[in-house]
Amino acid sequence: MNLSLLRASLLLALSLPFAAQAHKAWLQPSKTVLSVNQWVTVDAASSTDPFVKDHNPQRLEPLRITAPDGSELAPENAHTGKLRSSFDLQLKQAGTYRIALVNNGLNASWEENGQRRMWPPRGQPFSAEGFAKEVPAQADKLKVVASQRRTETFVTAGKPSETALKPTGIGLELQPITGVNDLYADEPARFRFLLDGKPAAGLKVEVVADGVRYRDAVNEIEVRTGADGSFELRWPQPGLYWLSTAVEDQQVEAPATERRAVYSATLEVLSP
Amino acid sequence: MRTPSLSALALALGGGLLAAPAFAGRLDLSVQIPQLDVAEYHRPYVAVWLEREDRSPVGTLAVWYQQPKKGDKPAGEGAAAMAGAGEGGSKWLPDLRQWWRRSGRDLSLPADGVSGATRPVGEHALSVVEGSAALAKLPAGNYKLLVEAAREEGGRELLELPFQWPAAAGQTLQAQGKSELGLVRLALSR
Repeated sequence: MNLSLLRASLLLALSLPFAAQAHKAWLQPSKTVLSVNQWVTVDAASSTDPFVKDHNPQRLEPLRITAPDGSELAPENAHTGKLRSSFDLQLKQAGTYRIALVNNGLNASWEENGQRRMWPPRGQPFSAEGFAKEVPAQADKLKVVASQRRTETFVTAGKPSETALKPTGIGLELQPITGVNDLYADEPARFRFLLDGKPAAGLKVEVVADGVRYRDAVNEIEVRTGADGSFELRWPQPGLYWLSTAVEDQQVEAPATERRAVYSATLEVLSP
Repeated sequence: MRTPSLSALALALGGGLLAAPAFAGRLDLSVQIPQLDVAEYHRPYVAVWLEREDRSPVGTLAVWYQQPKKGDKPAGEGAAAMAGAGEGGSKWLPDLRQWWRRSGRDLSLPADGVSGATRPVGEHALSVVEGSAALAKLPAGNYKLLVEAAREEGGRELLELPFQWPAAAGQTLQAQGKSELGLVRLALSR
């Protein structure tokens, strides 16, 4: 292996964890402000630009839909295609629904005979049984990272409510201060990020407006959460927004040594 | 809440100018739905409501939307649901988006004396007496009357008429719509 090739492969190895993050996970609801008994349809995918269906679908096994009364609902007409998954939901109850893809698991990497190994393989789901079977207890350069990913959106029939938004206390969660389906382009919105149910200070929050494909720059908005985990957003225009943050720390139990929590939400901002 | 006696009500109705302060006030509104030169015309949905200075709603005075047709089943099941029938037109109420946010989503429809069918092109009068089902007694203060219209295959327009209550005798306010609404006039008396 010549030096430049070595350097290139080193660079590739270094950039891999970031490359994996370059695709944004998103849920795209057809509407977010509706009256009771209406249907919504939701697309679920990941791509470089939010809401552009050109990469991979999201698997729907981790889908958790919470009704306004706190009960769990099943999606209808669930389908996974080449570029996106989709499902329908009828809003029979008045109030706010939380629609989330929740992936909590462990990612292991190690070396075996000088070969780099990963489990679960890219694109495969985590399972405790699989982990116990496939990941050695001791291995060269064994690293186990706890991964907590939450990708969500919210829809409301009639008057907004808060029961479905109650934090689970696991990983990163968004707590609305000015509401999740009461967002208007002429009003600043406030939210709070929670990590394991407690305010998460100093997080970098990235916000991208829909329509990246039709402009020359992403024009992402970056804000930081304050000491109480809260932050304020001013919307440049009405439309769909993708909001995301991530955190890495050592707040984990063995065999994991690190935790990576990633959160993203889709919010709809209406014109006043 | 004080209910005006029949004679007081008759007096207020007959001649608001003569009404003594103890009498109920009234709002006489005229909403013009303009003639539009479009290929596909649907009557607009219209909502009329009152807000306080802090934008909190006093209440909806009128909402005109497509009424359920006879024999409509509740939405959700079968071919009728797929065709969008059986929704009684309430599906499009959130398109009156300011009204929906401020007042509409809290309202249970149909609402007696408030909700009704869509109206044709022309001027439509609406009179609300303070202390009636649609409008409770108004404490003194600054208010806004809002008229919002949204039309299928069309646009949406919102007009605001700010006023002080109690009103000066015979006070009239007006606002001119540009697209979905024509002239809106509000006569205040008490």
